[in-house]
Amino acid sequence: MKKCLRLNHISKTYQDENGETQALKDFTYAFKQGHFTSIVGPSGCGKSTLLSMISLLEKPTTGEIYLDNSILTRKNCNIGYMLQKDYLLDWRSVYQNVLLGLEIRKNVTSETKAYAKNLLAKYGLIEFQDKYPENLSGGMRQRVALIRTLATNPDVLLLDEAFSALDYQTRLSVTEDVYRIIKAENKITIMVTHDIPEAISMSDEIIVLSPRPATIKKVHPITFDIENRTPLATREHPKFSKYFDLIWKELGEDG
Amino acid sequence: MDRTISAERREYLRRKRNHKLLVRGTQLFLVVFLIGMWELLANLEIIDSFITSKPSKVWETFLKMLSEGLWYHMGVTCLETIIGFLLGTIMGVTIASLLWWSKFFSEVLSPFFVVLNSLPKVALGPIIIIWVGAGMPAIITMALAISLVVTILDMLSGFLKTDQNKIKMAETFGANKWQVFTKIVFPSNISTLLNVLKVSIGLSMVGVITGEFLVSKGGLGYLIVYGGQVFKLDLVMTSVIILGFVATLLYVAVCLLQKVISVKGRWQ
Repeated sequence: MKKCLRLNHISKTYQDENGETQALKDFTYAFKQGHFTSIVGPSGCGKSTLLSMISLLEKPTTGEIYLDNSILTRKNCNIGYMLQKDYLLDWRSVYQNVLLGLEIRKNVTSETKAYAKNLLAKYGLIEFQDKYPENLSGGMRQRVALIRTLATNPDVLLLDEAFSALDYQTRLSVTEDVYRIIKAENKITIMVTHDIPEAISMSDEIIVLSPRPATIKKVHPITFDIENRTPLATREHPKFSKYFDLIWKELGEDG
Repeated sequence: MDRTISAERREYLRRKRNHKLLVRGTQLFLVVFLIGMWELLANLEIIDSFITSKPSKVWETFLKMLSEGLWYHMGVTCLETIIGFLLGTIMGVTIASLLWWSKFFSEVLSPFFVVLNSLPKVALGPIIIIWVGAGMPAIITMALAISLVVTILDMLSGFLKTDQNKIKMAETFGANKWQVFTKIVFPSNISTLLNVLKVSIGLSMVGVITGEFLVSKGGLGYLIVYGGQVFKLDLVMTSVIILGFVATLLYVAVCLLQKVISVKGRWQ
């Protein structure tokens, strides 16, 4: 059965000395397995807050998150979270960096190690496994960070502007790689981005958020009649610019 | 070496080498000049060698001391310094880790640390002597008193400055506090620790000499105080010079250790 991640009337309010800020208001949505969902919205509208709550780093003020029919916990669901930068540890080799997540989860076995090595080989990093992060290019570092996340074999993959630190060329090729990896692994993927073309090129649906406190403004299913869709192929499709105009205008209404 | 080296490169290397030679030469000259002047002025009785001593006397005293327990006194001072240094480092890092762990305690204790840090630790001398007794334990306690607070404060501030995003990264994998500390915070601060070691070895020696001034029957600090009391300036000068060498040696040893560790572990 396909898994489903349900957010049920999620709200989040932050308290500080100057008062309270509502970041998110009544967010309800169901993310489906095998689907790639992007979330776009005005900057500072609470997109990252949403990911922090799904990754259980923060608790919602009200509302619940379910995996299928039970409350989401670290026990019943493995959540992988990719941050904006790679945050590789300089004192660990590429291979040791990749094992970090497994070490933290106390799940370093010959099986998981083989899986990590397999990922390194699959994404062209096996000959760099004993190198240190300082010797890698930005694109390679980001791929190492992705493998570090994937090595724990997450059911849910969260990408928080995960490619924004890369230059354009690298970004195109990394998104191409990531898309291929994610589609092959059949995960629930949620990406937060401010880059509309990136969102269109990768997603099955795009959620547009309103300004703070963020709520769902609209959900756009993104479909292309392309066999074996890839981000680059969608960028060349005539429907691409139509989607772009649609979403860009919607975001512009609030600006 | 590349044999097809360009003329400019050769000129650059030559100038670099000459500069280094000039610096070294001047240093050597300064040492010889100062020692020479000291000896000369004392011999001409322009300065009173009874209160300034003179290099030839220092050398004589040094040779005499060699057969009269110099090694013992040097050993005592080094041993006390190293024990104080090790204890200070281990306790300091442990306490800093505990304070990182409990934000509440570090907030509560922070004004007390400011007071302790500002207090001239020599003032604790009489208390230490009464509490731990006159002897080596008192001297090591003094070394600890001087080096510990600085170690704690420097390590704690390093721990607190750890990149929050790296911590968040570890937390996305579900890391608990212990894992955050051992996998991120502590390894991020190896370079802080290595710098703290350099400061701490110096402070530990300050503590040991202060301690030896107050209570002791051995050590270079004892020789200096004893020499002063019986007005043997030859002994005082010689001991101070030896102390200078010993202190430099210990410092260089810590620097070497730092170099080895940072090369091996990619910590700058």
